[in-house]
Amino acid sequence: MTEFAVILLSTVLVNNFVLVQFLGLCPFMGVSNKLETAIGMGTATTFVLTLASVCSYMVHSWVLEPLSLTYLKTISFILVIAAVVQFAKMFIEKTSPLLYRVLGVFLPLITTNCAVLGVALQNTNKAHTLLQSTFYGFGAAVGFSLVLILFSAMRERLAVADVPAPFKGAAIGMITAGLMSLAFMGFAGLV
Amino acid sequence: MAFIKITSPHAHKPGNTGSVMQTVLLATLPGIAVLTAFFGPGTLVNILLTSLFCLAFEAAFLALRKKRIAFYLKDYSALVTAFLLALALPPYAPWWLIATGSLFAIVIAKQLYGGLGYNPFNPAMVGYIVLLISFPLEMSSWPAASPTLSDGAQLPGIIATLQQVFLGVPIDGYTGATPLDLLKQNQSQLISDLYANTSAFNQGRWAGAGWEWVNLAFLGGGIFLLYKKIFTWHAPIAMLASLGLLAALFYDGGSSTSSGSPLFHWLSGATMLGAFFIVTDPVTSAVSVRGRLIYGALVGALVFIIRVWGNYPDAMAFAVLLMNFAAPFIDYYTKPRTYGHKSGPKSQA
Repeated sequence: MTEFAVILLSTVLVNNFVLVQFLGLCPFMGVSNKLETAIGMGTATTFVLTLASVCSYMVHSWVLEPLSLTYLKTISFILVIAAVVQFAKMFIEKTSPLLYRVLGVFLPLITTNCAVLGVALQNTNKAHTLLQSTFYGFGAAVGFSLVLILFSAMRERLAVADVPAPFKGAAIGMITAGLMSLAFMGFAGLV
Repeated sequence: MAFIKITSPHAHKPGNTGSVMQTVLLATLPGIAVLTAFFGPGTLVNILLTSLFCLAFEAAFLALRKKRIAFYLKDYSALVTAFLLALALPPYAPWWLIATGSLFAIVIAKQLYGGLGYNPFNPAMVGYIVLLISFPLEMSSWPAASPTLSDGAQLPGIIATLQQVFLGVPIDGYTGATPLDLLKQNQSQLISDLYANTSAFNQGRWAGAGWEWVNLAFLGGGIFLLYKKIFTWHAPIAMLASLGLLAALFYDGGSSTSSGSPLFHWLSGATMLGAFFIVTDPVTSAVSVRGRLIYGALVGALVFIIRVWGNYPDAMAFAVLLMNFAAPFIDYYTKPRTYGHKSGPKSQA
């Protein structure tokens, strides 16, 4: 049990995928202009990331390893992620049309989130078990959603700040993300 | 006979940002005096240099943006940032360290966001964190408090101080482990043994020689500011309460793995400076009463977590920056209900 708590703490705070490992920066900068959409994106990513982490583990250890095809892991993970996203899209569309409308365009966009591929590859590098992979993917997604949502609340405030013209928009967003990254270094050594 | 009707507010004089900031500056004086008494003239040199650099950077940036320089300098906010940064930095820090910290505090953390009132992060804490991560050696060499000096040793004089700060001529053996360092490095001693055996503790009364008085002085300054109604009690008391509660929970009866008593955590490091001068920053903290309680409590919890389980001996600056980051989100979900409306974040759009 402690082991999984440590994995969660590590992925959510100490080795946060966005602010410490710098993965998944495109949705972090792109979908953080409004709090509502950030929450939608966070939920969708959590769903997909956890599922993709499990599926890519299964493909790696049950298909690629027995057949000695591990050199194909990157390309097969990309395939798995695309399939999982497509599956999630169809599943949500049938079961909950409301959630599907809320998530809208963000669902297919998750395919290109490099944090998803990053989690799948790190699972194989760290030789995680199935359960560890699940927690690793879930923790990564929670960490991603946490900073995305906090950042979007801050950006709503920055939008009305008297920022000098050359720094308006993405530039001040980048500076803010950098300062947040500095703050997250305080968690170093917790696990 | 004419009766003059006067309606509220019965304000005696107009309040403005400048007078608030001046009161805050006044309240730091006891802390500065105690720091100087225990650690020598380094603090005063720090304050002089940060004030110089901060005002210069502020004026330069205002000139670049073609704003009214005198008007903005007279709100004293740059000077408050300078004082807080100077108090956070170790005394006898080299001048280039102070200049870098001031640059990041004033230009990056404050003016790039549009100046006072728009900055999402506390400028002094940004300057401090940038220095702590970039120059860990210089930032962790704290001087030993005067009661812990060995016989014959003295606090550095003003000449030696200036030589170290400007010319890099090192002062001999003036540094010492702070109480927080000692507790972090403690491997096998019971807390009572640690207190009895190390001079940083046995020369003090409750929580380490020098540091307890520094914190009490800042507590005094904070109570003065509370009395002057510069801020409300919510954030600082919530912060101290959560820090004390966690410390009490993990105190462990003073064994060798103990994380220190609540009194120790209250009176060491930057606790009181943080609680009354940094957590209460009106710009970067949460706004509503409930928001300030949550904000303060989480700062206290983060301070304890990073102090006890993290890499850094003190964590005030990290905790404050992390919560600055979360403050807009806290505000979003703790909007007070306006009269005639239902509560909840969406109903007031």
